[in-house]
This record gives sequence, structure tokens and C-alpha cells, in this order.
Amino acid sequence: MLRLIQLELQKLWLNKASRVLIIISFILPFTVLILSSIKINFFGFFTLELGELGIFNFPIIWHITTFFAAQFKFFFAIVVVSMIGNEYSNKTLKQNLIDGLSKKEFILSKFYTIVFFSLCATLLIGLATFAIGMYYSSYTEASIIFREVDFLLAYFVKLVGFFSLCLFLGVLVKRSAFALGFLFILFIAESIIYGIMKWKINGDIADKIHDLFPLQSMWNLIEQPIQRIIMTKFPDNTDMVYDFAVHWYEIFIVLGWTAIFVFFSFFLLKKRDL
Amino acid sequence: MEPILTISNLTKKFGYLTAVKNLTFTINKGNVYGILGPNGSGKSTTLGIVLNVVNKTQGDFHWFDGNITTHDALKKVGAIIERPNFYSYMTAEQNLKLVCRIKGVDHSKIEEKLDIVGLLDRKTHKFRTFSLGMKQRLAIASALLNDPEILILDEPTNGLDPQGIHQIRQIIKDIAANGTTILLASHLLDEVEKVCTHVVVLRKGEKLYSGRVDEMINSHGFFELKAKKHDELLGALELHDNFGKIKVEGELITAFLNEPMSASDFNQLMFDRGILLSHLVKRKESLEEQFLQLTDNK
Repeated sequence: MLRLIQLELQKLWLNKASRVLIIISFILPFTVLILSSIKINFFGFFTLELGELGIFNFPIIWHITTFFAAQFKFFFAIVVVSMIGNEYSNKTLKQNLIDGLSKKEFILSKFYTIVFFSLCATLLIGLATFAIGMYYSSYTEASIIFREVDFLLAYFVKLVGFFSLCLFLGVLVKRSAFALGFLFILFIAESIIYGIMKWKINGDIADKIHDLFPLQSMWNLIEQPIQRIIMTKFPDNTDMVYDFAVHWYEIFIVLGWTAIFVFFSFFLLKKRDL
Repeated sequence: MEPILTISNLTKKFGYLTAVKNLTFTINKGNVYGILGPNGSGKSTTLGIVLNVVNKTQGDFHWFDGNITTHDALKKVGAIIERPNFYSYMTAEQNLKLVCRIKGVDHSKIEEKLDIVGLLDRKTHKFRTFSLGMKQRLAIASALLNDPEILILDEPTNGLDPQGIHQIRQIIKDIAANGTTILLASHLLDEVEKVCTHVVVLRKGEKLYSGRVDEMINSHGFFELKAKKHDELLGALELHDNFGKIKVEGELITAFLNEPMSASDFNQLMFDRGILLSHLVKRKESLEEQFLQLTDNK
């Protein structure tokens, strides 16, 4: 396993473009955190200080940081599709196989790298959140701090699932740009199918089926926290209540998709003549 | 003899097209094999199948004694297919390190192999700065990293300039001299003739011949003849039982022998009939001519 990760990391790290993208995808989420901790002074009329809004309080901070950090997954997604696309266009995939890498090992080396990257991203965001929370949070009892730490697990699963989807699309269409295009088409297709279902069948069933779709299921892992922030400000407003928690079945659905994507990537590659 | 690669009844179909048809042959240790065939005769497909990048439709192949998976066997094989494929943004050394990781070989071989192909002084240069000849030599170095039991080369001199071709051939000869088994696919016949001891001839995916190069055709050779009495000579040749095909190109008559016959006997015969030859050469077919004959006849 170590050998396969080393192999892939060498390919990625020595490539300037992917190195830059990897660094960006690690750093950008933090700049947002830093920005949000700045006091914004509106011409002396009033000061908007995000830290004072209570968004850096435990346990809600886990939810907020993982949600916003997850929006930057797109940078590494580019790396994932291009690491497949380049292997095809440079024919290095063929050369790797001739040199004695099996097709299974090839997919696994990509998948392990995805897991490795997601793990690094999760650990980093976890540490940063913990540090920022300790600094700003009004509550620092251990039971409160770690109450919603499962958002980290959700974040990790979400990244692995999303990148596995990119891996699959990369293997499917062999070109990085087209793979990203497909990702966008999938996004639109999910909404359209959801719309049609809601129109033809009743809303509840449509929602349930929609939750099983790959992109929607990844989205469900970490619901948007904005509503929750507003909720904390107006606790009386019961219309706002929604289910933002991480559920085991949501994780299970995404893990299911991950397995399907990785398996089909391997299956496609095995079927193909290079 | 110790078999290295055994192929039996191998078939590959791409849709309606049959690229390899019921192919059977064995590669034994220590020989230099050539796979000959025109473009599109299934050479690369066959190599692709045994190298695990193309899926077979039917039949079987196994490496070595058959007790080893293809995946493990490939770690004891060195191969170059068509163009040299490396990561353009890595240096020669980094590319070879990657191959070492794949093959599970120690990095220490890198310098030695780069030296064999004469690229040691370019090892820190990026692959994309290399000329085609250098790329191809790097590919050979990469294929040699694991000290392979068999080296497979698919059109190794394709697209190279004469100097590059010469360099690659010299490297191949040196490697063969060390006792490494070599399998060379090519449509360049003089290349195979110069390097190989054994040959497999393919045409449209079918095997036409496999065996030693010098036994490829049991022919008795042919005469190249010229005479003042051109038409009479032609008439005499056509009536004689020993001759099969006769070709005329201007003055020059080429007559192929069905039965063995020496040049002096023939000369005597013609002299007796009052035909004086101004040109008489007896030759055996070159590999090229044998190859054309073989591929034309069927």
C-alpha cells in the first residue's frame, strides 16, 4: 500500500500544476477561516465581528468549518481527474502496466492517494477548528467541544466519495476537461430528475430517492449551516428547524457510492484494451 | 530448452476484425526472436496481450513455466512498446525511479543502466527536452532496470534517424551478447535479419512461419541472367523443368529454381544450346524476398 501511495505522490508532486493545486486546496479553506475572524468596520457606524456572532462556538464550529472547507474540494477534484487524464493522454498508463503494475494496483494507487489526501485535509481542518474554537468559543468543556466532532467524519467521507466520483469519471471519459464537464452534467441531471420526480410522484418519495443520488447524498452529509446560525439567533422561530445532524445512513450511502465508483473504475479499466 | 513464453491458440477480435488468429508459438531462453509482419498484421496486438494491456478473446498464454501470474512475470520482463512513454515533467532519473518503484527494484541500478544507453550525463534533464533517439534509449534503460530475462522491443527504431537506428541496434546486439533473450517486433526486414536467430512471420493475424531465420523457405535460390539472345534464353528457361517462376525486368531475367542446380551446370547447358550469357549470378533470397514470397503466396 505504501508503495502505491509513494508511486502516485511522486507523479503528483513532481508535476508543477498538480503541486500548485494541491497546495491551494489545502490553504484556501484556512484563508476563509482567517477572513471570517477579522473584524469588519463599516465606516465607523458599526463593527461586524464574525467571532462575536457565536459561529466559532463549540459545537457549531465543527459544522461551519467542515461545510465551508468542503466547498474547496473542487481544486483537488481537478487534480484527481487530471491524474487519470494525463496517464491516458501520455500513454503512461500503458507503460505502467507493461512495467508490471496491475490494473488493480493502478486504480488502488489512485484511490489510496485520494484517501490519503482526504485524511490529511480532515486532520488539518480538525486541528485548525479545534484551535480556533479554543480561542473564540464561550464553552470549552470537553463534552461540548467533542459533541459534534462527527462532522469531521462526514467531511472525510464526503471528500473520499466526491474524489472517487471524479476518479470514476476520469477513467470513464479519459480526458480531464470532459470529466469535469460530466461532473457538471451529473449535477444538472440530478436536479432535473428530482424536479420531474417531484412533479410526477409525490414530494416525500421524490425527496427520499433524491437523497440516494451521488452528489445529493454527499451534500446531505453536511447540511448548510446558515439556517442553523440564524436559528441560534432566533430560537423562537420554529419554522427554521431542520435536520442538520450527520446520520449513519447518510455516511453509509456515500460509502456505498464510493465502493461502486472505485469498483467500476477498475471494471472499466480491466475491460479496456489500451 | 527452457521456455520463456508459450502462446497457444491465441485469438483477439476487435469487433468484426480479427487482429490475431489462432496464434501458437514458443519463445525459448537465449535466442533472439523476431516477429515479422506488415503493418497491421497483429504484432503489437500479440505483444499487448502477453504484456497484459490488451484482453485476449480466446486461447492462452503463459510466462516461464506457467506457475507464475502474468502480473508477477512482468516484473521479470523488460518491454518497450511503440513510442517511449514517460512523464514529460520528470527528469530521466526520476522517471527511472518511478519504474523502479513499480517493478520493486532497488534504485542503485539506475546509473548503471543509464550508462549502458549513454544517457548518464543527461540524467538530471527533463524528459521533454530529449530527442526521440534519447527517449527511445531511455526506454531501453528503463526496460533493463530489473535485469530482465527477456527484453521485448516493439518497433524500437521507428522514426529514428540513421544514427539513432545504429545506436539502438548496437545496444540490442550488446544486450543479446550477454545472453538476454530478445523478442523484436518489426516490419523492417534487414533489422530482423541483422539481429535475430529465429523468426515468427505474421500476416493478417495468422502465423505463416516460425523457426530459424535461415530455414524460413526451402528454396534452391535463383539465377539472374542476361544474354544477347534474350528471347531464346527466355524460351529455353520456360521449357526447362528445373525452373518455376520467371521474372523479366528489361534486360535482366530472374529465374527461380525448383530443383537444385549449380551455376556452372546451367552455364554449360546454355552454352550447348548456343546461348552465351553475358551475366550470370546465382543467389539465395534475402529475408526480404523470402518474406514477400511467403506473404504473397497465401
